Amino acid sequence: MRLRRLLANTLATLGLVAATSAATPGWAERLIVSVSNHRVTVTPNYSGGELVLFGSVEKDDKTLPHQGSYDLVVTVSGPRADMVTRRKERKFGIWINTDSRQFLQVPGYLALFSNRPFDQIASPEVQRRQQLGLNNVLLMQRVGPDYGDVVPNDPFRSAFVRLRTEHGLYREATSAVTFLTPTLFRTGIPLPAEVPIGTYNVEIKLFADGALVTKADTAFEIVKVGFEQFVATTARQNGFVYGLVTAFMALMTGWMASIVFRKD
Amino acid sequence: MQLYLPIADIPVNVFLILAMGAAVGFVSGMFGIGGGFLMTPLLIFVGIAPAVAVASVASHIAASSFSGAISYWRRRAIDPLLAAVLLIGGTIGTALGVWTFTLLRSLGQLDLMIALSYVILLTTVGGLMFWEGLRAMLRVRRGGAVTLRKPGSHGWVHGLPLKVRFKRSKIYLSVIPVVMVGLAIGFIGAVMGIGGGFILVPLMIYLLRVPTSTVIGTSMVLTLVTMVFATMLHAVTNHLVDAVLALILMVGGVTGAQFGARAGQKIRGEHLRLLLGLLVLAVGIRFAVELVIRPQDLFSIRESGGGGPP
Repeated sequence: MRLRRLLANTLATLGLVAATSAATPGWAERLIVSVSNHRVTVTPNYSGGELVLFGSVEKDDKTLPHQGSYDLVVTVSGPRADMVTRRKERKFGIWINTDSRQFLQVPGYLALFSNRPFDQIASPEVQRRQQLGLNNVLLMQRVGPDYGDVVPNDPFRSAFVRLRTEHGLYREATSAVTFLTPTLFRTGIPLPAEVPIGTYNVEIKLFADGALVTKADTAFEIVKVGFEQFVATTARQNGFVYGLVTAFMALMTGWMASIVFRKD
Repeated sequence: MQLYLPIADIPVNVFLILAMGAAVGFVSGMFGIGGGFLMTPLLIFVGIAPAVAVASVASHIAASSFSGAISYWRRRAIDPLLAAVLLIGGTIGTALGVWTFTLLRSLGQLDLMIALSYVILLTTVGGLMFWEGLRAMLRVRRGGAVTLRKPGSHGWVHGLPLKVRFKRSKIYLSVIPVVMVGLAIGFIGAVMGIGGGFILVPLMIYLLRVPTSTVIGTSMVLTLVTMVFATMLHAVTNHLVDAVLALILMVGGVTGAQFGARAGQKIRGEHLRLLLGLLVLAVGIRFAVELVIRPQDLFSIRESGGGGPP
């Protein structure tokens, strides 16, 4: 019970994010969720961390208690960007980039968490429609003249997901959401050192008996602070000044060295 | 101590980079070269994107060649007119090089081109240096005189028009080959992230017949200006110069160079050339192996559409 009080306090201080309940008649569940920190500052020596998402399934008095258990799927998606996946092939005895596929406005970070495997939560049809799992998330691509997503085992798509997963930027964990009580849940959101900066959207979907009951949204922001970030921003926005300063720094270092090590 | 490199976008160990800078500085001081051809590959091998390595090493070489140029200037070992003519070609070559770099990067073939040019240039130059050093050593052992060039022999270079008298170097030479040499060095310097000293010095000695008294000092001026120019252009067009990385390299490099220079004086000239040739050859072969063996992962992801490391 202590945990419950602690959780209630946390939710109260952070400001509650309540969901609009789904318009399914007969169900009046509501999700109340919050992340442990809405603004994560990444310092130069940041080596990864974890956010915690808390939440509770609320029911109004008129709703009969639900018989079965609830299922939850949490989708965290980071800032979107265009990316290119390239494939190397052996040509003239050496390995060079030949084929490529463009991924349009795909999340820089993508995590899908649930309390049990997706195929136990819902039917394949619902999984696809609700984008449950990395195989079902929509990753827009340019394939020749067309735009769209492809089958999960497409070589470029699977390589893309695999490489992002290796860097800890895409992840899927089907036991990451834990129910502390039948209605109270939590999940950790791991953030590796390479997290892109920007706004992260968190979408929480509540399922019961294989159907979507309700969903809620929240968000958090990742900002990088410190000298390194200042340097990166300047390099991008004021290339000329940045180049001048770097060149000047090089000349000063060289000049200093010639004074310090002068042999006469 | 871990430090996050803002442009390279990876955390690195400061002492590792500092040690690399010092080691390359030692070698460069020992052989009287900029060391870019060693620094850029080392950075690539520790995981820094080739494009960022090339752009950042340019400023590192600018620092080391500036301290070198100052000491050569004090000794009056720089030919200002020759340097100026070389620079005409050098600046054009650098601009062309950075333009080519940007083009290749957008085509997704930059890493391959960097690796390929390293293989070709380093194995050729390294092989020649090694061979030349070996022959010189054998000649010394047999008791013969070391002759680097035959005096009085005039090649095709000396038949070209637009001749100018370079007073400090005491040579009378057409500006055409001088500009061409500057152009070539500027170009490969900008594309490959090297100062080009290890190619420029032999070219100046064997092709332009510049006397050894002014050759290193003058080549350092060319390296200095082209590398400052390359730093500027890489910063403005590609935003790839990592100032934090460059600073660590510079500090390590200029320190190591002082000790390298002292060590270099204790080794005989032909041994030095043989060693340098071996070193250049080894780096070239390392790149060749990388290209030929099957990569661990055939796929790679790059963010497209401006900004960020490639």
